[in-house]
Amino acid sequence: MSTKKQIVLETKNLDIGYCTKKGLHCLAENLNITAQKKKLICLLGKNGIGKSTLLKTLSKTLHPLKGDVFVDAVNLKKASPQFLAKKMGLVFTEKIPEGQLTVFELVALGRQPYTNWLGKLSPLDLQKVNAALEQVHIISIRDKKYDELSDGQLQKVMIARALAQDTEIIVLDEPTAHLDIHHTIEVFKLLQKLVETTNKTIIISTHEINLALKLADEFWLLLENEFISGDLNELIAINAFEKLFPKKQILFDAASKQFHIQP
Amino acid sequence: MKASQTQIGTFGLLLFFFLLVFFTNLSLGSISIPLEKIFKILFLENTDKESWNYIVLNYRLPKAFTAILVGSGLGASGLLMQTLFRNPLAGPFVLGISAGASLGVALLILGTSFLGAFLGEVSLTNWSLIGAASTGSFFVLFAVLIAIKRIKNTMSILIIGLMFGSISAAVINVLSYFSTAEKLQQFIFWSFGSLGNLNWTEVFVFGIVVSSCFLVLLKAIKPLNSLLLGENYAISMGVDIKKTRYLVLICTSLLTGVITAFSGPIAFVGLAVPHLSKLIFTTSNHRVLLPASALVGAMLLLLCDTIAQLPGSEYSLPINAITSIFGAPIVIWLLIRKKDSRSL
Repeated sequence: MSTKKQIVLETKNLDIGYCTKKGLHCLAENLNITAQKKKLICLLGKNGIGKSTLLKTLSKTLHPLKGDVFVDAVNLKKASPQFLAKKMGLVFTEKIPEGQLTVFELVALGRQPYTNWLGKLSPLDLQKVNAALEQVHIISIRDKKYDELSDGQLQKVMIARALAQDTEIIVLDEPTAHLDIHHTIEVFKLLQKLVETTNKTIIISTHEINLALKLADEFWLLLENEFISGDLNELIAINAFEKLFPKKQILFDAASKQFHIQP
Repeated sequence: MKASQTQIGTFGLLLFFFLLVFFTNLSLGSISIPLEKIFKILFLENTDKESWNYIVLNYRLPKAFTAILVGSGLGASGLLMQTLFRNPLAGPFVLGISAGASLGVALLILGTSFLGAFLGEVSLTNWSLIGAASTGSFFVLFAVLIAIKRIKNTMSILIIGLMFGSISAAVINVLSYFSTAEKLQQFIFWSFGSLGNLNWTEVFVFGIVVSSCFLVLLKAIKPLNSLLLGENYAISMGVDIKKTRYLVLICTSLLTGVITAFSGPIAFVGLAVPHLSKLIFTTSNHRVLLPASALVGAMLLLLCDTIAQLPGSEYSLPINAITSIFGAPIVIWLLIRKKDSRSL
């Protein structure tokens, strides 16, 4: 029973996909996923397999085709936007529109679920915003306009905004898509550290597969016809990583726990 | 999100210029009245010239208040539309609301030649014009609201609004084609826009509508700030997008409709003022920009009105011409400037 308490996110018989003019397009069926507290979870899968769709369904940006998603044991179908805003912070892949907000103002937007009707920041809100800036190490750029930032800095700002939202779960869709290897490692290490220091559950989808293998606590593999989850050793034991890519090009090496490109 | 010290300073400076323009506006016109006399008249002290008293209290003061209401209302509506549609060229006129108001007035002035048979001759008082313009703009507003009920994409709403504007403009064209020169002239004079036609009762009613819209719009500041990051982020922060959209659309349409009804279709202020405010305050925070746009709008329209009176001469130019002569170069300048700065 004690482990059950730790589950922050759960799906039951979930079908994900989207509607087109031709009808429903189902990407994955019958997903039963659980996410536990204080885990860095990496969602892996090929392009187009439905990673973004799954993350959007978990965060109620998309509706499930069938089945249910539970956040903190509350069914998302019945959850209000305000409730969800206090439970789950999001970082999307898409770039944000141009604007003239400062880094501080942008991160402070994360406090919106808690502020009054005019969005006035209380001392507690200010404290949370400053803590988020500090955790992500962006205090020095707090008064810069976000338009002036590099992609790496901007991604950290968006993570800080999600942190300021003070949620148990943070979901990031390909947070390192536009970043070089140095910033990619920095973001991964940052997320890993945040899981340790804040007890949050962080779910990310990524193509940085070798880095994910080194740093994540748990993996969700979205494959053609199945969904496999577990920690690194569990998945190696059942040869799950081999199913991720065609063997002709890239091969998983269980000894080094890394993928290698086939010569 | 709080206004910073410099922003408060800028507000102070703007307020000073606003008062300066306000009193200049009162003092200049076909007859120039010295500022000290203006103050005396405003404090209801006796001045030697009864005619000055009359001009200031019954003509220039209501006109200045109308300019303030029109300018602040259009400036604020433009800002909200630009954020909602994430389009720097959106303005209070894009939804076709003021085209609807024009259609209402066109039907009243031009349409009486065919509809005269059932309506009888309607007299063209201020109130009948206001009534016709309001009816026209509400008709378009409801048509737009019904059309967008099932639409999720905000961009499509913009296009639907533009289409309604085109339809109204086309109907006006047809009406103009069939009407007499005299009626046409009446309609064209209305479409020039005018700030000086209102008496105190009308200004009072106008003021109540505009300020109640502003009160409701205060509620949109917070969701609009999160909309700066895009709709997905806004939703993830608990914003009810549909509610916000209706709140903003209904309030701005009401403002635009009423403004067009009371003063004619005044162009460009709604488009140019938000950009000016963003340039002055270099922020996107609506807590700063909403009052800033209202203040800058009021100031700009007072200034335009002062110029339109051609101080010292007995002629005055149509206000709509002046706002466009001012507004268009600003928009052009902004678009050229946009090349080197990404920050609009």
